Amino acid sequence: MDKLQFLLLVAVALFAIGLLGVIVRRNLLVMLMCMELMLNGVNLSLVAFAQQTGTAAGAVLVFLIFVVAAAEIAIAIPIVLLLARRRHTLEADAFADLKG
Amino acid sequence: MIENLLQNLDALLLVIFGVSALVAAALMIVLRHPMQVAMALISTMVFLGGIYGLVGVHFIAAFQVLIYVSAVMVFMVYVIMLLDVRDPSFTRRFSTLLVPGIVAGLLLLAVLAYALWHGLYAPARTTASFGLQEFSIAFLNEYWLHFELTSVLLVAAVVAALAVIKGTRKNHG
Repeated sequence: MDKLQFLLLVAVALFAIGLLGVIVRRNLLVMLMCMELMLNGVNLSLVAFAQQTGTAAGAVLVFLIFVVAAAEIAIAIPIVLLLARRRHTLEADAFADLKG
Repeated sequence: MIENLLQNLDALLLVIFGVSALVAAALMIVLRHPMQVAMALISTMVFLGGIYGLVGVHFIAAFQVLIYVSAVMVFMVYVIMLLDVRDPSFTRRFSTLLVPGIVAGLLLLAVLAYALWHGLYAPARTTASFGLQEFSIAFLNEYWLHFELTSVLLVAAVVAALAVIKGTRKNHG
């Protein structure tokens, strides 16, 4: 198996596991962490492609994803804190009435 | 001889790091307490940092550890310790979507792996791999606009976090 293929397979598997976690788990914080896992899978594929083609565009995109992930956490954590303070639970089903 | 051995060691380490990252990611689905899940995620990120170092992008490996593992995950662990509510999501891990979720995840994995196996035409490998210098020149010459837009996004995130906190304060008096 090629090195690029192996790295991309790992990236795809990380993305699928992260998506599975977001769907399957009930805890809000665990769902957030699974989203981080999906971002990590995308990062790995970008690095693999950038290394394969020898261009810096993929690495630049990885840096921007780092910043976006940090911003996402900085927004998501206060929202989770407020939800937990209001309902005294972290279960996703408890907030089903937030559906439109 | 030694060069050949080093090449093999590189490939072996790459496989070990990749498989360990996958195992830790799978543990994230199975483990019960959010703190254990956070530890599994941290080990996944460290293994990914090892992969980045092996592939040759050392600065991304450094930033993976500095930003993801230290900043983001320390924040996450701190919040988990802050919110130690004993709620039902600890004892019952999985939602009612367990079976459809697993089926959908396996299908997604199968489709992506199939596309990877058959549709991937490896582009001609350029011998000159980029280092930190090429990256920095490209970053600040071609992608400066994206860099500035990212700073705008960060300011927006700070304002949004402040607005979330302020808005609730007003409601509670």
